[in-house]
Amino acid sequence: MKRRLLLLLPLAGFLVLTVFLYRGLSINPAERDSALVERPFPAFSLTTLGDPGRTLDDSLMQGQVTLVNVWGEWCPTCKQEMPQLLELADRGVRLVGVDYKDTREKGREFLAEFGNPFEVSLFDPEGSLGFDLGVYGAPESFLVDAEGVIRYHHTGYISPRDVEQVILPEVTKWQD
Amino acid sequence: MAGLIRVLLLLALLGPALAQAAIEVRDFDDPVMRDRFASLTSTLRCPKCQNQAIGDSDSPIAGDMRERVFEQLQAGRSDKEIVDFMVRRFGDYVLYNPRLEGRTLLLWGLPVALVLGGGLLVALLVRARRRASARALNDDERARLNALLEREDDR
Repeated sequence: MKRRLLLLLPLAGFLVLTVFLYRGLSINPAERDSALVERPFPAFSLTTLGDPGRTLDDSLMQGQVTLVNVWGEWCPTCKQEMPQLLELADRGVRLVGVDYKDTREKGREFLAEFGNPFEVSLFDPEGSLGFDLGVYGAPESFLVDAEGVIRYHHTGYISPRDVEQVILPEVTKWQD
Repeated sequence: MAGLIRVLLLLALLGPALAQAAIEVRDFDDPVMRDRFASLTSTLRCPKCQNQAIGDSDSPIAGDMRERVFEQLQAGRSDKEIVDFMVRRFGDYVLYNPRLEGRTLLLWGLPVALVLGGGLLVALLVRARRRASARALNDDERARLNALLEREDDR
């Protein structure tokens, strides 16, 4: 009897392998946890999109829960995301934009055309803050708590469904 | 016709050169530095791509990462410092050669465990088989063997 059970060992191994490989089929490799979650927002010193003479640093992230959205005029998905960001701003979420690898002119045109949900947009033409945030595409969003620690990372487009089911619950969670 | 083939051949030869034109060429005075750059850019994985080293990809982020690798090499950072710098920003995903740590123990340990397990299994099987063949004869067998041997002696 014991020997019989031993014969099932290869089958068990095969089943384990099948489960692993099957799971691999449905994993989206573009959606993975940011290395920055649970870490302080990276230090930066950037001018704002609106005013080249106004420089802001990472103390901007202190004091209240902030959703930092990395966008660019060159990014088509960012345009589709704007209505959701406007809604989030309407519902009292503080948003800070990072205009990533853009020109000032194009960035301003973008906000004029699609609306401006941001309390302020940082101007990051070299993508230096983006790099420190580990951004490899836009849009990407980071939820920063009142102590300036990154708590949640959203890769890609925030859909209308994400607003209700992901972003707002996360904001509420870190507000307390 | 021959002319057309010649043109096509030329294009085929130029193809790879044109495709690589998107990745910049860097000059190094120090050959050691050049080798370190080559090794780092071939072992760091492009976070935007499915499966490409930053040295092979023309995606913008791979270009930025090559730029940082270059800058940091010039600034005298060690390979480990540069890799750490990338992992802090982009996570373990950028490592083609995952580090040995708590959560990669299974990854590194499983092949070793399988080889050791297999070796043990083979050793056990060999031993069992050897013992079976070296088993002592029972009374019947011994009687038969003796009979055979005696017949041999009689001759």
